[in-house]
Amino acid sequence: MSTPVSRPSAAIRVISGLFHQPYVWAIVALLLLLVVNLTKNPAYLGVSVNAATGNLSGNVIDILRASAPIMMIAVGMTLVIATRGIDLSVGSVMAVAGAVSMEFMRNTGTGSFGTAAVAVLLALGISALLGTLNGILVSIVGLQPFITTLVMMLAGRGLAKVITSGQNTSATNEPFRWIANGTILGFPVVFVIAVLIVAVLAALVRRTALGLMIESIGINPKAARMAGIRPVGILISVYIVSAVLAGVAGIFSTASVMTVEVAKTGMTAEMDAILAVVIGGTSLAGGKFSLTGSIIGALLIATLDKTIVYMSIPSSATPAFKAVVIVIICLLQSPRVRSMFNRRRTRVITARKETVPA
Amino acid sequence: MTITELDRPAAPSLLSRMKPNLETLPTLAAVAIFIAMLIYGEIAYGRIVAFSTISNLLINNAYLIILAVGLTFVILTGGIDLSVGAVIAISSLVGVMLANAGWNPLVVIVLMILIGSVFGVASGVLIQYFNVQPFIATLAMMFLARGLASILSTTPQRLADDSVIRALSTQWKVYDGPKIDDLVTTPNVLIAALVVIVAFFMLHRTRFGRTVYAIGGSEQSALLMGLPVVRTKLSIYVISGTLAGLAAVVYTSKLGIAQNITGVGWELDAIAAVIIGGTLLTGGAGFVLGSVIGALVLGLMNVLITRDGGIPPEATTIITGGILLAFVLLQRFVVSRKRKS
Repeated sequence: MSTPVSRPSAAIRVISGLFHQPYVWAIVALLLLLVVNLTKNPAYLGVSVNAATGNLSGNVIDILRASAPIMMIAVGMTLVIATRGIDLSVGSVMAVAGAVSMEFMRNTGTGSFGTAAVAVLLALGISALLGTLNGILVSIVGLQPFITTLVMMLAGRGLAKVITSGQNTSATNEPFRWIANGTILGFPVVFVIAVLIVAVLAALVRRTALGLMIESIGINPKAARMAGIRPVGILISVYIVSAVLAGVAGIFSTASVMTVEVAKTGMTAEMDAILAVVIGGTSLAGGKFSLTGSIIGALLIATLDKTIVYMSIPSSATPAFKAVVIVIICLLQSPRVRSMFNRRRTRVITARKETVPA
Repeated sequence: MTITELDRPAAPSLLSRMKPNLETLPTLAAVAIFIAMLIYGEIAYGRIVAFSTISNLLINNAYLIILAVGLTFVILTGGIDLSVGAVIAISSLVGVMLANAGWNPLVVIVLMILIGSVFGVASGVLIQYFNVQPFIATLAMMFLARGLASILSTTPQRLADDSVIRALSTQWKVYDGPKIDDLVTTPNVLIAALVVIVAFFMLHRTRFGRTVYAIGGSEQSALLMGLPVVRTKLSIYVISGTLAGLAAVVYTSKLGIAQNITGVGWELDAIAAVIIGGTLLTGGAGFVLGSVIGALVLGLMNVLITRDGGIPPEATTIITGGILLAFVLLQRFVVSRKRKS
């Protein structure tokens, strides 16, 4: 400790800075998964360019495409969890958004761009409505977030079934399909849209005081109120953002197959979102959040899903595996385990100090 | 009356509890709604106030009553258990698969109940020893149970018709009414009734029950009073899990089919039953008999929706959610009135 340390180079500083981020283990896990895939197929990371269309293709591009909907719900969930809340309704909102857009396009029957635009607006509108309901119940009425969103999770799935009369609904509309299957500059449209949305949101919460306000509500609601932060508006907007992003995710995941499966679309999506958030280092107890972490978490989940398919492990095992990971992270975040680790660390430090005096 | 109250000031008699006051208002509202639904159903559709309908109501909702009793314990302490529906899925799936593999049915039944207990212990340990919030811990257990069930099978598993487990749903004719209007019951209903009686005794007549209410009132105070908070909180999650396992037995015996998506949304039904029955979502006040009424209100609602035919069955969860929200709002109103007075 007392020995003079040579000034670290910029690269080392960046890396050591990275190691202090809570999501460093997520990056390590992500790299490990890629290595696992590489051992099975050394050309796994190869990205080929289609000469005619300029489209990129390859496993990495597939992962980016699959990560887009998870990114959307994970980012929304991060903001909600930062306020000490939770949004269990994201999966159902995905189903509702998918159901509304598919039902609308099927009934209008035209494959025009206008129809697709109206379908998207309708889907996002109804998602925003459900989010507003969540937000009002949590902030103004003062219901516990998990009860409010649990009701919305089950009622939302019911609503999706009512909208499509319980049937899986398909529609044909090329512009809508382009959202999921098209490319911009070679990259999947869904990924580009997701990155743009995340960039705008990140600028909004990190370049203004909004992020701090959200964190302060999560750290100590009473103190935040004393400091003059109005929780009602922020809470409602956070739940609206989460629901609208879930709506976007719903559009993403239904557009790729142009079918909404009311019982399946967005099923256990709330688990993926929560998993991405906790992997990214945001505590479920609220407070400080990391959007970057959640995005890395979303990428990790998408990679994990792909790896499991790639390794031909039955995919029915994934939910249980993810649940175990959530339990482990919950344990690691718990005060008891932390104090155990801290005790060991301080013991090491004091042991070191004792050897120093000479 | 006054003498008994002086003798046991801590345990007011059942009669004084039932007297209309702000605390019993939600429960009374549930009873009133139940009666109103009965009357409305009888007038609008007929054959609602009949032995057969009432028998079926009990037979079809025995599992929900058991779940609601388990959740009453949890919610009374201010906690929550979101895993019950998924625990039913894994427990019934394991049960049916083992029974079909030729295991002794009694062993299978015990195992099914124990699976519930194991999940209860896991939730309890996470909550009590690792300070995980109850809804997060039980949500994780819900994902885990549902995931394990999906590993076992994603197709419906059918129990052999001659299995001993199915014998739990044999119909016993108690009273032979005119035509098919018989009063019938099944062992399942008796199991549910037994659970309710034991739970009632535990909550209202034992030290354990008193501790449950005390924790719900204020966990800090309960700790300072020297009550066994840790042990009690751990036990209530075990009770809830075990009863979910028992509910799985009851449900499987009635339906004879288990699937990995069995019980999706039942946690909402069970929570709604408890809340409708007048237990405060924040804990500390409520009655186990109220939860039974709550479960019956939900069951009767399903009957009325089926009879009506105009409401799509998919809308049931929306209506359940709406009722749950309405009752939570009623509770907030009651609590704020109580604070003022």
